[in-house]
Amino acid sequence: MRLSKSWIIASKDFKTYRKKRNIIYSLVVTPLIVAILIPTVINFAGHKNGANGIPASELMVLLPAFLFFFVILAAYIPTPIASYTIVGEKVEKSLEPLLATPTTDGEILLGKGIAAFLPPLIAVLGGATVFMTYMDVTTHSTLGYYYFPNWDAVTPLLTLVPLAALLSVQVNVIVSSRISDVRSGQQIGVLTILPFAGLYVAGELDIIDLGSTSAYLIILGALLVVDVLLFFVSRTTFRREEILTKWR
Amino acid sequence: MIETKNLTRKFGDVTAVDDVTFRVEEGEVFGFLGPNGAGKTTTVRMLSCLISKTSGEANVGGYDVGKEADALKIRKLIGLVPDNVGLYESLSAYDNLDFYGKLYDCTATQRKKNIQRFLTMLGLWEKKDVAAGTFSKGMKQKLAIARSLIHDPEILFMDEPTANLDPESSKTVRDFILELKKEKKTIFLNTHNLDEAQRICDRIAILNTKLMAVGTPTELERLVSGRKTVIQLEQTNDVILAAVRKLPIGNLVVVGNRLTIDVKDPEKENAAIVDAIVRAGGHLQSVTIVGSTLEDAYLKLVREAQ
Repeated sequence: MRLSKSWIIASKDFKTYRKKRNIIYSLVVTPLIVAILIPTVINFAGHKNGANGIPASELMVLLPAFLFFFVILAAYIPTPIASYTIVGEKVEKSLEPLLATPTTDGEILLGKGIAAFLPPLIAVLGGATVFMTYMDVTTHSTLGYYYFPNWDAVTPLLTLVPLAALLSVQVNVIVSSRISDVRSGQQIGVLTILPFAGLYVAGELDIIDLGSTSAYLIILGALLVVDVLLFFVSRTTFRREEILTKWR
Repeated sequence: MIETKNLTRKFGDVTAVDDVTFRVEEGEVFGFLGPNGAGKTTTVRMLSCLISKTSGEANVGGYDVGKEADALKIRKLIGLVPDNVGLYESLSAYDNLDFYGKLYDCTATQRKKNIQRFLTMLGLWEKKDVAAGTFSKGMKQKLAIARSLIHDPEILFMDEPTANLDPESSKTVRDFILELKKEKKTIFLNTHNLDEAQRICDRIAILNTKLMAVGTPTELERLVSGRKTVIQLEQTNDVILAAVRKLPIGNLVVVGNRLTIDVKDPEKENAAIVDAIVRAGGHLQSVTIVGSTLEDAYLKLVREAQ
């Protein structure tokens, strides 16, 4: 496996993203909306009817829970990009000449993976940084200290976000082999957020405590296992013979 | 340069390529003729190491098709113009070629030189910074050809490079192939354009799942009997007709002063016919050979296979 080949493929995709307005929007706008909208709503709710903001005890529960939105976002944002990088090549029929170059299936898959994984990861972590900064500014007066960054919040962010994004990319690779247009790919791929949304709802219903170490470790372990399994499935799906003879 | 022996590819119960054996020499333009679904694209894909063979042997540039270790070497040695151009439409012509140049490990200097050379040769240099998606069909096809040559391959596989092109663009592509031939590139040309095959190929193989025939265009034409010689005389008379009928020829049809004679080998038989007519006192206005073209040979072989 030559990383240089994968990077050439990823760089080409980065270049094409810059010319696709919808991809730039999905990368920049969505994380920013989540990063700004949630703190604004929290502030608004806390000051409703002349209240003095959300009490410190509730903020300690809300802040890590809201940070989980960025894990959900990490599962969602790669979908339009992964759909474009793989189904887009399929639609433009550019996979055959690419497969005819002296690159291995693994190098192409890795290149496509990097192209679909890195920009959303940077966008989500960037959005999370905006969120944390904004929350720090607005909650400092209540808490008396800056809540973010702290290891309890940042560790899940730095581990679960990449794993959720990876899962989304791999699901999209698999979905790409069965569908023929970018929009269908996005519609099916977006279902990746369901388990994460389910976890968030379970947290809100006190079925699980998303802020606890045990919940974090279980989610981390489950994601690792699913990512490894999906890696093997996507490797099997992304073989030049499969692509040229079975992808329609 | 390219050699196959009993090459076969099956998709489930369907045999796409059946027991195909041929050899392509270095510097040769080898035409692969056949109807849709004959297995031409499947053969090219097997030889390009894009899909595996079911059985048989194939060798490209000294490397074995089917050997995992040789696949990358073969792909480095060849250029492929697939039936769909498959360009990156939002990228410029230059960026499309530069990307492929990098994948083929060309240095920055080689890429720059080859991009300029091939875009200039194909009349696209002025459009180098324009997005490929805005190009006409002919321009896209030319760009796809330039892409296949970016690493200066020894062998070029072209899958119907002039399909759906207007006559002018087709001619440019054909002329370009002839230029490449001068550079001693080995060209494997998939086509169902008989005229094109006849004009540019040194040898032609006719495929209809099985290999029906291989030979030069002239050799293939000779596979079909039933060629005709049409002789226009100043005046026909019984003496001339009797002299012609004495010869070991096929059917003779006389319409006015025109004789139409079925011949097997016009190059040999026409001399005797002309000689007999002249000896009988006839005056010839013209002698024309008609029928039994490459098209006749192709249709006969393809129909036989069905």
